[in-house]
Amino acid sequence: MKYTEGSAIRDTKAPAGPIEERWEKRKFGAKLVNPANKRKLNVIVVGTGLAGGSAAATLGELGYNVKSFCYQDTPRRAHSIAAQGGINAAKNYRGDGDSIYRLFYDTVKGGDFRARESNVYRLAQVSVNIIDQAVAQGVPFAREYGGLLDTRSFGGAQVSRTFYARGQTGQQLLLGAYQALERQIAAGTVEMHTRHEMLDLIVADGRARGVIVRDMVTGEIERHLADAVVLATGGYGNVFFLSTNAKGCNTTAIWRAHERGAYFANPCYTQIHPTCIPVSGEYQSKLTLMSESLRNDGRVWVPLRKNDERAPGDIPEEERDYYLERIYPAFGNLVPRDIASRAAKNVCDEGRGVGPGGLGVYLDFRDAINRLGRDAVEKKYGNLFEMYERITGENPYDVPMRIYPAVHYTMGGLWVDYDLQSTIPGLFVVGEANFSDHGANRLGASALMQGLADGYFVLPTTIGDYLAAGPFGDVDDEAVAEAEIRVRAKIDRLMSVNGTRTPDSFHRELGKLMWDYCGMERTEESLRKALERIPELREEFWQNVKVSGTAEELNQVLEKAGRVADFFDLAELMCLDALIRTESCGGHFRAESQDADGEALRDDEHFAHVSAWEFGGEDGPVLHKEALEYEYVKMTQRSYK
Amino acid sequence: MNLTLRVWRQSSPSDAGRMVTYRVEDVSPDMSFLEMLDVLNERLILEGDDPIAFDHDCREGICGMCGMVINGVAHGEQRATTTCQLHMRHFEDGAEITIEPWRAAPFPVVKDLVVDRSAFDRIIQAGGFVSVPAGSAPDAHSIPVRKEDADSAFDAATCIGCGACVAACPNGSASLFTAAKITHLSLLPQGQPERLTRAKAMVDQMDAEGFGGCTNTGECTAVCPKGIPLDTIAQMNSDYLKANAK
Repeated sequence: MKYTEGSAIRDTKAPAGPIEERWEKRKFGAKLVNPANKRKLNVIVVGTGLAGGSAAATLGELGYNVKSFCYQDTPRRAHSIAAQGGINAAKNYRGDGDSIYRLFYDTVKGGDFRARESNVYRLAQVSVNIIDQAVAQGVPFAREYGGLLDTRSFGGAQVSRTFYARGQTGQQLLLGAYQALERQIAAGTVEMHTRHEMLDLIVADGRARGVIVRDMVTGEIERHLADAVVLATGGYGNVFFLSTNAKGCNTTAIWRAHERGAYFANPCYTQIHPTCIPVSGEYQSKLTLMSESLRNDGRVWVPLRKNDERAPGDIPEEERDYYLERIYPAFGNLVPRDIASRAAKNVCDEGRGVGPGGLGVYLDFRDAINRLGRDAVEKKYGNLFEMYERITGENPYDVPMRIYPAVHYTMGGLWVDYDLQSTIPGLFVVGEANFSDHGANRLGASALMQGLADGYFVLPTTIGDYLAAGPFGDVDDEAVAEAEIRVRAKIDRLMSVNGTRTPDSFHRELGKLMWDYCGMERTEESLRKALERIPELREEFWQNVKVSGTAEELNQVLEKAGRVADFFDLAELMCLDALIRTESCGGHFRAESQDADGEALRDDEHFAHVSAWEFGGEDGPVLHKEALEYEYVKMTQRSYK
Repeated sequence: MNLTLRVWRQSSPSDAGRMVTYRVEDVSPDMSFLEMLDVLNERLILEGDDPIAFDHDCREGICGMCGMVINGVAHGEQRATTTCQLHMRHFEDGAEITIEPWRAAPFPVVKDLVVDRSAFDRIIQAGGFVSVPAGSAPDAHSIPVRKEDADSAFDAATCIGCGACVAACPNGSASLFTAAKITHLSLLPQGQPERLTRAKAMVDQMDAEGFGGCTNTGECTAVCPKGIPLDTIAQMNSDYLKANAK
């Protein structure tokens, strides 16, 4: 795939000066909108997860006119709901040495020095307000007997800063945001549109001015106009077909915004989560994550011998390899996700994997049960054990769990500045849909933190600075009509192919290709293969896909086909991005770039930048680099040994 | 495994609807129920038929989007399970399985197994929240909460809003759903200021949506994927009575 390199890009919104004062400065510098004017300003928010739900609710509270959209039947279903483990916050309630600076430091380091310092520091600062807000909403976090909040240490952190609500933290936080949103719907500040899917962005006179959506029940194509548009449409992990994302998660909203001019940053940064239930067959429709909080007490191992077919209970202690504890004695089973995932892949590649196909490792609670007692383990992890048993038919109290890495989160996303504004004025992007805070690898329990930081606290301030110049007047009819024509043409094209393969069969094939060639380990050869194969498969898709029914009704096949079409284009950009980033960093592991121990080797001289891609159509994308500078955290090679 | 499915097909809200029989072969016991339907749907698409429409999203039992009445039981016979978490190993080879949508007047069928549950959102809108605008909250440790209360509040708060309780209730009551939210918030100090107005507004909205009354049959809690306890309804009634006595 050809591409060209364009001019450098940089964030112009983060103030200079001491890092702890930057957000305060930006808040003070941002223009305010007076309450009477807020009523005249319309904002569209697409997506109702933690970021979108909290943003729409908060903008409504502030007095803006908000329209909120989601593809599900109610905003409470968004996939944030499935987050299990917890949410980080630098409260230092434990007195164990945590601080805003330490959370900032851990996040920059955990992101393998590919995130912006200013953004990450702000995230750590705002984290404390999130917990306050959630508690005030009635989020039932776990508590100690003294009535104070309980915390735990989580994935790669040596302090206990993760707040949780059993294994359902995402659910409880999302319901808090959902309830705040419903309150605004009742108050009339937010107009809710469920079962509506965004299919295009309206850009007029250089500003984002609205969206084209499809009513998924009637098939009607609708135009909605506003003074600003906020995308909170989540990540694109489903490009791999099998992932821990919900089935409906897709890239269409951000991809079509990209086609309209929003730069796409670091598309190759994907996070593979180490603790998921392994694939059980060809029909598999999704993968289920087991919270990595399990790694606090479970021990990861495989047999020492290759192809050892004995039952796990029959393998004596001295014939087991607790490889994480062996290789990383300081962090043991708690190494960051990317490292744990790759280590699992390595032992399976050596032929020591367990379960069907040898694609699995044990996560064993025997020692924890002996140490803490079965009751204590059940209290902590009961619901997760139950879920595991439901899916696999095996009881983890008696037999070790089998786990394997799966695609879980995408750190890449639409490029945004410190104000969370994309390269299209008036288009803001929050939560997983943007690229901003996690660098090349996200730490556990930081997704909930970022989504809510963006939605409750950052966007509501920064969007005001943009809207203060509004309302922006009537929207050029031609721009709206053009966007609508594009949407209709794409639907007509999908309906008219009438081939012999289903959208899902194409999606499965694309996903397999991405997993094999652009998954946990990438090489120049594998990426070149993918770049050759993706256009061929896309060509076949457009010649041979079959969409049944009509476009004027509830048609889940049509919905799927549109999403798969966009996944093809995104997949190609991901592979290109992965190909030219010849270093390894965080979730992006290039086999050519590793040290003598097989650990990821960054190349800071050539790659300490964000790769922001501009859509180029037939001419291929244009790469804009944003240099990353580290004033506070010294760039070092990560070591968890 | 080979199965015979009898599935409710209804092309639109105005269509009368009917049961249609399908044969599904070579079903693996490790498949989830929805994966089994995926396989059937892939075949229907290629045969030029309309695939069976059903709601689903997370497929890990937490979003609450899926829901079918399987052999007469909401989410099927396995206890405390959503449809997406039900696996085929719980069925016999050669079984005949009947699949229907939630049936309740306030949940009109949209298409096939897809129903409109927006009435639940309107019950939450009536008062299922604590009125705290973003940024106004005091420090999280300023109000301690007894662990027992926090745990019980959590138990009620795990409701996923799937609607199985309504589908199972002979009266089509939404009492368990409504009571779960009322109980969750009434057990916490943060929920006290609006406690009685909340209970009254939510129960009144539930009635206005056309859901039936509760006669303590307990069918709701028996099918609830999250095992929301029946005594939440007693809590709701108690708060509602107090609100009306004021």
